[in-house]
Amino acid sequence: MTFPLRPLKPIIVKELRQVRRDPTSLGMLLALPAAIIILVGYALNFDVKHTAMVIYDQDRTPGSRAFLDKFRHTEYFDEQYDARSYGEIEELFLRGRAKIAVVVPAEFASRLAAGEDVHVQILVDGSDANTAGQAVATATRLTSDYATRLVADAFALRGRSLPVPIDFQPRIWYNPDLISSKFLVPGLIGFIIVLTAVISTSLTVVREKERGTMEQLMVSPLRPLEIILGKTVPYLGISLIAASAILVLGYLLFGVEVRGSILFLYAAITMIILGGLGQGLLISTVTDSQQVAFMISVFSSLLPSFLLSGFIFPIATMPVFLQIISNLAVNKFFLIVVRSVMLKGVSFTAVWQPFASMAAFAALTLGLSAIRMRKRSV
Amino acid sequence: MTDRAIQVTGLTKRFGKFTAVDDVSFDVRRGEIFGFLGANGAGKSTTIRMLCGLLPPSAGTALVAGFDIRTQPEEVKRSIGYMSQRFSLYDDLTVEQNIRFYGGIYGMAGDALARRKDWVLAMADLRGREQSLTGTLSGGWKQRLALGCAILHEPGIVFLDEPTGGVDPVSRRNFWELINTLSGEGITVLVTTHFLDEAEYCNHIILINAGKLIASGSPSELKTTHVTQPILEVRLDGGAIVEALETVRASPWALETSVFGTSLHVMVADEREGARLITGALGGAGIAVRRIERIVPSLEDVFLYLLDRQDGPAAGGAAA
Repeated sequence: MTFPLRPLKPIIVKELRQVRRDPTSLGMLLALPAAIIILVGYALNFDVKHTAMVIYDQDRTPGSRAFLDKFRHTEYFDEQYDARSYGEIEELFLRGRAKIAVVVPAEFASRLAAGEDVHVQILVDGSDANTAGQAVATATRLTSDYATRLVADAFALRGRSLPVPIDFQPRIWYNPDLISSKFLVPGLIGFIIVLTAVISTSLTVVREKERGTMEQLMVSPLRPLEIILGKTVPYLGISLIAASAILVLGYLLFGVEVRGSILFLYAAITMIILGGLGQGLLISTVTDSQQVAFMISVFSSLLPSFLLSGFIFPIATMPVFLQIISNLAVNKFFLIVVRSVMLKGVSFTAVWQPFASMAAFAALTLGLSAIRMRKRSV
Repeated sequence: MTDRAIQVTGLTKRFGKFTAVDDVSFDVRRGEIFGFLGANGAGKSTTIRMLCGLLPPSAGTALVAGFDIRTQPEEVKRSIGYMSQRFSLYDDLTVEQNIRFYGGIYGMAGDALARRKDWVLAMADLRGREQSLTGTLSGGWKQRLALGCAILHEPGIVFLDEPTGGVDPVSRRNFWELINTLSGEGITVLVTTHFLDEAEYCNHIILINAGKLIASGSPSELKTTHVTQPILEVRLDGGAIVEALETVRASPWALETSVFGTSLHVMVADEREGARLITGALGGAGIAVRRIERIVPSLEDVFLYLLDRQDGPAAGGAAA
């Protein structure tokens, strides 16, 4: 009786030697993930801070300044300009020098003191919808806070306190500062791993077909499943190293910690790698040239991982048919598991369903590859 | 134990409506060099792939080293070596790494592998080049290394699919010497080729065309049993060979005409009468004949004749 993994050893050794001798694939497997996380981690930032602001103070009284100080003393806005006319604001918007304008009308302070209504105008450059939306929300909050304070002060002057019918106190759990890198880094692991695993493995089988060595393997006593597994194991190891590098970089550069079990996190990472390897092998068993295999790999891994997995765009807001299709993006399940483990620290029982979906995807793609491989020899 | 290394019975392979191999039967004796001839697409590769256990037959079966290719493909694979025209080596591995890999997938290790590695390096004349990248070797070296890797595990039967394609004539000759050595050691060699001069080295030849077996025998048997009518070699004064071919071929008494270098081979019903008719026809066309003599047919004559007889005159004309 021989150890069942023994036939795999020559293939594993051979694959590792080939990878080592091929700087491009090694670079893609190890350096690319690090490069992507640094680039995307810094560039893909949804936190809208330091929005360029122009102020048009038509009142110029201590009262108007006190109100505008609320805007000046927040990290969300940077006062860049002091405008003297609407024309100036428009000019700044057109040149992209400012994204938000706060216009305080004349007699702001005196009308407030007289108990009359005043209208503060907020102008926003809507060409960047995300920034604009967040700027409006922040400005609205600052203004209403200030107004509430004024009313409270007025009540206090008369020796009474202001009754607040609803005390709205939001508490954000798991990522209290809403730092988007904490949301993005777990997703990046899945994105990068799937991309590199699919591409690198899809090329390995096709390369052997192009060179004719696959035929030589097929006439040997090796079984198709042994060939598949022998090619999977080395790439699994390399991808695990890459994933660890991403975790370390995510912690060092963006302070993303792992709240839950590291062991469980690695179980999830292993599962997504196996899924990616299975997908890559499947592609390479149905294609005959490295170019075609590469194209299909990029399309079938990049697009679903990026668009359909919930990595960036929430699945809940997608049209129903896209929500259904999103189940084909194995990254979707990985994201659910990994965000839960890294940010919330949940246990296995809370996310066993998406975990099982990943396992099913890996089993399906690897199994189909082995079946296709047997048929290919025909 | 029989002395038959391979027994093929009614082997047939259909791909949809296309029959690639049509009811082929033959036996290969142990230790024999068995030549498998036919044009590209004739069904040679499909037959070999079935015999290697890569492809299940549609009908019929074969015993390879005593194992049934339909029911025991794993045992078949362990008993054979296979080398294709593409010299299936890993160019990005060294010579030694290739040997270790191919030994490894047959479960070889330790002393047994070391012994066979030395044997392959000596056989392929690659001593001192163990650490060279395989991609940097010349065609002849790669060919011998590929053969070595195919028979590392000491199979009793080795399949060589067009093994001499793409190498220079000297390497081809050396390679055939190697095949002879293997055969001398009792290894059965089944080799496909389209070089007819190589077929002369075989102990037994079969010719396959359009999936059907059309001839089988030793080279000398094939030359004497299939072609009973005389073949005349016609040497010309001057070089109007194409004109001469067309003139003779247009004559109803020329049963078979083909060009061999600067002379014509013509099959006729009778030696004397044929020579007279050829001289007359060519003289009428203004072509001077230097000499006409009866020759023992070459394998090429035999195969052209056999293919012609199977395909009909139109296809035969194209083949010449």
